[in-house]
Amino acid sequence: MVRATMTEPVVQVEHLRKEFNGTVAVADVSFHVGRGEIVGVLGPNGAGKTTTIQVLLGLTTPTSGSVRVFGLDLERHRCEILHRCNFCSAYTALPANLRVRENLRVMGGLYGVPDLFRKMDELLALFEIGHLKDKTTGQLSSGESTRVNLCKALLNTPELLLLDEPTASLDPNIADKVRKLLRKIQREQGITMIYTSHNMRDVEEVCDRVLFLHRGRIIAEGTPQEVIAKFNQKSLEEVFITVARSGDLLGVET
Amino acid sequence: MSWHRIQALVLRYTYLYARSVPRVTEIFFWPLMDLLVWGYVTLYLQRVSNISGPSRVFMFLLSAMIFWDILYRAQQGVTLSFLEDVWARNLLNVFVAPVRVGEFVLATYIVGLVRIAITICVLSVLAYALYSFNIFSLGMSLLPFFANLVLMGWALGMVTTALIMRWGQAAEALAWGVPFLLQPVAAVFYPLDVLPRWVQLIAVCIPATHVFEGMRQVLRGEGVSSTSLTAAFALNVVYLVAAALFFRYMFGVARRKGLLAKLGTQ
Repeated sequence: MVRATMTEPVVQVEHLRKEFNGTVAVADVSFHVGRGEIVGVLGPNGAGKTTTIQVLLGLTTPTSGSVRVFGLDLERHRCEILHRCNFCSAYTALPANLRVRENLRVMGGLYGVPDLFRKMDELLALFEIGHLKDKTTGQLSSGESTRVNLCKALLNTPELLLLDEPTASLDPNIADKVRKLLRKIQREQGITMIYTSHNMRDVEEVCDRVLFLHRGRIIAEGTPQEVIAKFNQKSLEEVFITVARSGDLLGVET
Repeated sequence: MSWHRIQALVLRYTYLYARSVPRVTEIFFWPLMDLLVWGYVTLYLQRVSNISGPSRVFMFLLSAMIFWDILYRAQQGVTLSFLEDVWARNLLNVFVAPVRVGEFVLATYIVGLVRIAITICVLSVLAYALYSFNIFSLGMSLLPFFANLVLMGWALGMVTTALIMRWGQAAEALAWGVPFLLQPVAAVFYPLDVLPRWVQLIAVCIPATHVFEGMRQVLRGEGVSSTSLTAAFALNVVYLVAAALFFRYMFGVARRKGLLAKLGTQ
C-alpha cells in the first residue's frame, strides 16, 4: 500500500470538469487538501459541491482533469483508495430493518475492520448510542440515525472522511455535540475531512479552510475568516447569501 | 476478489431476509401458486383426456414449472439483491466502500443459490405430497440441468440489473418481466418443434431451450442428451461473459452519468 508522505496533499484535484449531457456541473476546479485538514466545500445549490464529492468518492467519473487521493490516481486505484476513506451523508441510510449492530457489522465487513466488535462498541459509546445497538435502524430518530451513520463512517478509522451535510437533520443540541466530536476525533486521529454543509455556523466552527464554489468554479478559498474578509461581510452566512444572490456580479465566469 | 467483502454482502442479505417475513414469504409464495395452478390444470387435462396412471404430460408440465422457477429465482437473486440496496437507500454505502463489481455480483449469485435451494426443497416436497410427483426421479441428470438454468438466470440477472442501473427505478419492472420475454420462445412447456420454424431458429440460441428439450428427453426415458447439455453450457458461457461485460460497461456508464449517486439517494 502506498502511503501519502507528510508533505504530499491527501487530495489533489486539478482542473476537474464534469458535464452531464452537455450541462456543466463542475467547470474547472483545482484544490489540494493537506493531511489532517478539515476543508469545507460550500456554495449555493447547483454550485457543484455534490458532484465534486461524488467524483472524490469514485461514484462519478470526471469529464476531464485529474483526481489523486493519497498520491494515487483515483480511477486506477479506486478500491485501494476507498479502503482508506469513508463517507457520511444525511441523504443515505442504512437498511431500516437491520439492527444497528448488524448494519455496523456488515459495513465493518466491507472494510475488513479488524477487531470489529470492539471498534463498534467504542464508536457507539463515543456517540452515546450504545443503548441503541439492538434497535432496528428504522426505529431511530433522525438524530440517532445520523450518529449511527457517523459510527459507520469511522469504523475503518479512515484517513479521509467525506461528510455531506452530516448535521442536516439534527437539533441544535445534538448538532453541537456532533461538531465537537468531529473536531475531537480529527485532533486525536489526524483524520483529513472534507465537509459540505448549508449550515454556515457548522462550517465556521469545524473547518480549517473553506472552498467557495459558484457555478462549478472556486470563487474564494481560505480560512473562514479570510473568506469573510474577502467579501467584506460579517459572517460566512452573509457571504453565502451574497454569493447565492449575486455570484455573477462577483466576476465569476461560467 | 476479497472473501470478507463478499461474506459481508451475503451477511447483509441474510439479515435482511431473517428480519422480514414478507421477503421470506415471497420465496415460497409464487412457486407454491405456480405448483398449485399448474398441478391442478394438468390433473384436469389428464382426467378429460381419459389417461390413467402417471402421464408424461403431467410430468412434463410439472418438471418444466419447477425448472423454470430455478431460472427465474437465479435471475431474481441477482436483480432483487441490487434493488434491495436501492430501496433501502444503501447503494451509496455499498459503492463508496471498497467493493469491486465482481464481488458485488458474486454475493448476489450466492444469495440467489440459497433462494433456489430453498425453492427446490419446498417445491419438491409439495409436488410429492400433492401429486406424488418426484422431481428427483430424473436422477443425476438434474444437476447439469439445474446448473445450466442457474447460469442462464445469472446472465439474465446481470443484464436486468445493468438496465436498472442505467435507467433507474423506472426500469424496475424489468426485474420481474425479462425472463418472461424469453419463456414463450424457450420451449419451456412444449417441445421445440411446436414453434414456427423461424422462432425455432431463435429458440436454439437460448440455453434454456436445450435444457427443457433435454429434460423432456429424460422424462421420455431416452436418457440424457449430451448434445443438449453441451449446447446449453456453451451458450451459457457465451452469455455469461457477454452479460458480465455488459454489466461492467453499464456500471461505467452509470458512473459517467452520475446515475449511481442518483439511484442511491432517490
